[in-house]
Amino acid sequence: MHYGGSMIDCDIAIVGAGLAGMRAAVAIAEKNSKVSVAIIAKTYPIRCHSVCAEGGSAAVLRKEDSFDLHAWDTVKGSDFLADQDAVEFFVRECPKEILRLENWGCPWSRNPDGTIAQRAFGGHSVNRTVFAADRTGFHEVHTLYERLLKYDNVEFFSEYFLTNLAIEDNRIQGLSAIELKTGNLVFFKAKAVILATGGAGRLYGFTTYSHQVTGDGMAIAYRCGVPLKDMEFMQFHPTGLVPSGILMTEACRGEGGYLRNKFGERFMQKYAPEKMELAPRDVVARAMWKEIIEGRAFEGEHGPYLALDLTHLGEEKIEQRLPMIREAAIKFLDIDPVEEPLPVKPVQHYTMGGIHTNMFTETPVKGLFAAGECACVSIHGANRLGSNSTVECLVFGRVAGEMALKYIENVKDVKINQEFLKEEEERIFDKIGKGNENPHTIKRELNETMDKHLWIFRNGDGLKEAIRKIEELKERYSQASIADDCRKFNVALLSTLEVGYMLDLAEVVAMGALLRTESRGAHYRLDYPERNDKQWLVHTLAYYTREGPRFEYLPVTITKWKPVERKY
Amino acid sequence: MKFVIRRFKDDKSFWQSFEVPVKKGMTLLDGLFYIRENIDPSLAFRASCRMGICGSCAVKVNGRPRLACEAQLSKFKKEIKIEPLDNFRVIRDLVTEFEGFFAKHKKVKPYLIANTDYENPIEQLQTPEELKKYYIFTLCIKCGSCLSVCPSSATLESSLGPAALVSAYRFNADSRDRGKEERLKIVSESFGVWRCHSAMECSEVCPKQIEPAKAIQLLRRETLR
Repeated sequence: MHYGGSMIDCDIAIVGAGLAGMRAAVAIAEKNSKVSVAIIAKTYPIRCHSVCAEGGSAAVLRKEDSFDLHAWDTVKGSDFLADQDAVEFFVRECPKEILRLENWGCPWSRNPDGTIAQRAFGGHSVNRTVFAADRTGFHEVHTLYERLLKYDNVEFFSEYFLTNLAIEDNRIQGLSAIELKTGNLVFFKAKAVILATGGAGRLYGFTTYSHQVTGDGMAIAYRCGVPLKDMEFMQFHPTGLVPSGILMTEACRGEGGYLRNKFGERFMQKYAPEKMELAPRDVVARAMWKEIIEGRAFEGEHGPYLALDLTHLGEEKIEQRLPMIREAAIKFLDIDPVEEPLPVKPVQHYTMGGIHTNMFTETPVKGLFAAGECACVSIHGANRLGSNSTVECLVFGRVAGEMALKYIENVKDVKINQEFLKEEEERIFDKIGKGNENPHTIKRELNETMDKHLWIFRNGDGLKEAIRKIEELKERYSQASIADDCRKFNVALLSTLEVGYMLDLAEVVAMGALLRTESRGAHYRLDYPERNDKQWLVHTLAYYTREGPRFEYLPVTITKWKPVERKY
Repeated sequence: MKFVIRRFKDDKSFWQSFEVPVKKGMTLLDGLFYIRENIDPSLAFRASCRMGICGSCAVKVNGRPRLACEAQLSKFKKEIKIEPLDNFRVIRDLVTEFEGFFAKHKKVKPYLIANTDYENPIEQLQTPEELKKYYIFTLCIKCGSCLSVCPSSATLESSLGPAALVSAYRFNADSRDRGKEERLKIVSESFGVWRCHSAMECSEVCPKQIEPAKAIQLLRRETLR
């Protein structure tokens, strides 16, 4: 059946309108006003998940700090899995990105003398985190979006849902997407494509992520033959509000907040006596989970929780530095952090792994680039430091834009194969969703499995059980239903497609975690509690096959810093 | 809890009721997801962050615009009436057309106009006092609540409406900006600040308490200088 799919021509297609995607678009438009850029995203740009970033963006701005120190903090935070050449490049680019946003109107918080203010953050040796109150991502996104309105060669295609990439002879030719408003399948012919589609947090039930973050771009690239790197490394943020999982920024602790157990003890004393609450996230999250397991947490109607205590900071500081946290706590829990500690527990928060790229954002497919959370360069290794991700989107978004621009200089024309068009229409409209399994039930069971077996502490038996369950869910997914016959804004179709992507990703996460028989950064195996540099100082690469992922390993690039024991 | 939802499908409009079991701490958005996941997977609504920062989920709740994610079910009695926002064309169910809303925003040149160097950016100073002059107006999440209750937007489609005017003022009041005159010219036209009837409804419904009506007053004062 032909559904009247239309064809849109552009030079560069960017998928995803968060920080990385929009920064890439600015980079292109600043260098070239003739090249046509399409920004394709499943939401309107300012509805992207980047707006949820709260605490800040790291950058070396002052004399008391140095590039080497930022790089060392990042490498140590990564438990030595980060590629050090990429980290060294990254830290040098961060300051310019902060200043560019400043020049474009970002309302950075300021020191009394008018200079850009910086605050403390976990794992950073000095106050390095630039911030805009506790709405950093929100302001960065709005600044970039508004900046983009200046350029005539950038066009937004909002509420278009990516379904596939057109690749011929290992070269990108374009992509297909569903225009939600009409339900039509639309083809974008593009000389280069930049994926900036975000993480995969909604694999989990208890998560800080927006509902939309289902890893679509990662899964589609994977199905098209691009390997996924280090997917077993999932970050758990120490302070998710109970029960919603809404993020209580690390800046709460950066500004001086305490974590307490039910005895009122600042338990971090036992786990990280030097850094205390400002140890990296993997260390703090593990400590909290241990407190919970060993019975030193509070018991509430939504299960155990610990206390994030800001009461000693005073109303003025909270209102100035953490206004959104206060607003959210009052609106969602009826608790004012000025008066009372907040109930929190570790929450799934970030995807360290992603689409395999080099430090120039190139994937193995020619003309296909990836940047931001969907990509894995890798600068975060096994554990990302807070405030390194928003600025990663800016730095590598720019690189992706410039690389794509350079790449298309030598591309004359691209052609989307007629077979691709036909097959994609059949796949979306005729093949998927003809059974009677509720995709939401499959998703719920997947969330439960991930929350149980791929959480902070993992072990071989649990991981095997998770893999078995994911296989079962995949089988049931082949019988999923799409109970909606109207094509306009068909959310049933969307949810079903998303669940399919999530199952593929979950399989890679679980199998990667089972194979990695060591503990490193956020990946902690109770049955292999030590880091094993002899065997596992390598990146995991997962390749798609019909029978499930095939794994290969890639050495980590080490420049200045040999792995040592990680203590805080 | 009974959810009574105004639905739109294939040019037909009808009311439909759903029974939603309520747990403590549940929001209206959680209730909409409950319906989609358990009763009717076709129920169309927008949602993303579920923490009041992305602006996706504004709907009309018992006659007033609200962010679905911020509306606590415990604050309602037995029945909730949910409709799409007024002054927006419906695409399906609770999903409305936002292209026009974003076009209005674009019209006021909502970006910093200044002489800066892309390749070699330098830090511009701005004191906390200067920041405070416009910061509240940066908090607009573009949810459309204000426009949905704006009487001048209801009768004249080209009217810029509250959110766009907030943006215009936000940049005009920024100490780093040099584009004030350009923007004042735009907002002085017939569809701009003088189109506002001063009904103040926008300030009443803004979920971020930005007071768009105040921004419009301040802009009016600027145009008269």
